[in-house]
Amino acid sequence: MTIAVTKSRVEDKLFQNRYLVDSGRPHIKVRPHERPSANLLALTHVCPAKCYDLNDKGQVEITPDGCMECGTCRILCETSGEIEWDYPRGGFGVLFKFG
Amino acid sequence: MIEEKFDAIVIGAGMSGNAAAYTMASHGLNVLQLERGEYPGSKNVQGAIMYANMLEKIIPDFRDDAPLERHLVEQRLWVMDETSHTGIHYRSDDFNEAKPNRYTIIRAQFDKWFSRKVREAGATVLCETTVTELVRDAKDKVVGVRTDRAGGAIFADVVVLAEGVSGLLGTRAGLREMPKPQTVALAVKEMHFLPEEVIEQRFGLKGDEGCVIEAVGTTSRGMAGLGFLYTNKESISLGIGCLVSDFVAMMESPYVLLDALKNHPSIRPLIAGSEVKEYAAHLIPEGGYKAIPQLFGDGWVVVGDAAQLNNAVHREGSNLAMTSGRIAAEAIVKVKSRNGPMTKRNLALYNAMLDKSFVVKDLRKYKDMPALLHTNSCNFFTTYPRLMSQAAQNFMRIDGTPKIEKEKATTAAFIKARSRWGLVSDAVRLAFAWR
Repeated sequence: MTIAVTKSRVEDKLFQNRYLVDSGRPHIKVRPHERPSANLLALTHVCPAKCYDLNDKGQVEITPDGCMECGTCRILCETSGEIEWDYPRGGFGVLFKFG
Repeated sequence: MIEEKFDAIVIGAGMSGNAAAYTMASHGLNVLQLERGEYPGSKNVQGAIMYANMLEKIIPDFRDDAPLERHLVEQRLWVMDETSHTGIHYRSDDFNEAKPNRYTIIRAQFDKWFSRKVREAGATVLCETTVTELVRDAKDKVVGVRTDRAGGAIFADVVVLAEGVSGLLGTRAGLREMPKPQTVALAVKEMHFLPEEVIEQRFGLKGDEGCVIEAVGTTSRGMAGLGFLYTNKESISLGIGCLVSDFVAMMESPYVLLDALKNHPSIRPLIAGSEVKEYAAHLIPEGGYKAIPQLFGDGWVVVGDAAQLNNAVHREGSNLAMTSGRIAAEAIVKVKSRNGPMTKRNLALYNAMLDKSFVVKDLRKYKDMPALLHTNSCNFFTTYPRLMSQAAQNFMRIDGTPKIEKEKATTAAFIKARSRWGLVSDAVRLAFAWR
């Protein structure tokens, strides 16, 4: 219940933002895995846009549409190869009105 | 796509990239600046406070047309617990001067203005262009870049990497390491809009006067972190940031912290009735002097957040970014003026010039501060804030208890929480790190 409330709140926050989503070309991908590492699992809480979520098999999945490109997940999980992180193509992704 | 060869390519149109591109273009260099956002500023996030002195050194008459929000006349430093804040406030009419010292700004607007200055100085600015790769020659010298636009490589004598805190290019090319979770903070921020006169009433301001609050305490839930509230003309920037390593260890969510800060009894009335128009997140370099990477090499220099140049103690970042961009540009102009090649050896001039500036001097002064805040940070961010609140309340509340007993109780609370040795050790460690 608490989790659902929190999630809807983040979505409310992201709703204020402007994005140009590059459909079919996600700029972050999670490598298929059996069990997530501690860092990958932490992203389900730490990602400020709550892009990371657990599926019913306990694996971490990503929906990067609301991503603000802060780079936190890259710092935590790129070196280990658990995620692939690229900049969105020029002009795509988050477009801060105020920053 | 682009056939000509440039004197310099600048990657990124934030503070450091704009400072570098402007300075080189004003000295007559042929500069290409590449920005992946739709417009300069669309990927940039800052609190934001802008320090006039560092911009004056680049654009002396910036006050004529730069989009500035409020000049700061008051700064409040708060230590918070769940129900209170204990604060030091400094307000002075001396800050109402002809050329004020600090302003709040809104980055998307400011960066568009700065970029216009860059183009007026003669640089070519290309937005919606993501640089995908650095191009190197047989001797490993950086000679250009590849982008996600159609066409081949674009060549230049030197590439200025102003790609921001988690810059992909430099880290992937092995020019520097990826920042560590314990050397970067994740900050989230909301823009709260309110009528101008409401902001002025709530903070006791007139005209363009501004007030900022910066707060440590239980709002960061034991993590090393800082909350902030900055007044803009018609909005309030409200945010909080903590070390990424702490977020992971505590499994905390930044938006939960932000919502708790918004609901704190000391903050809630200040933003009451506001309309939120944006939610942003960004990383802030916190590693200080010891996290500064190699700053130059054959055909390249790195500036700003990408070079981890941020003074966490004083919460200065964009001025270090601007200054490093300007100094790198000045070094490149000097090498160019004597027809020198952009080799590692010649570009070492940037490092030498930066060493003599306030940028490196300040970071060196606080070189031990990050380590201090990373070990037992809960004492500084939870234990002491609670003790301070209790001590202040004990002092203020009049309930018939003799003063001598109140003082004894306060002393006993400090000793019970940290022990005599702990108190002395914390004080000594803090003094040494500050020195």
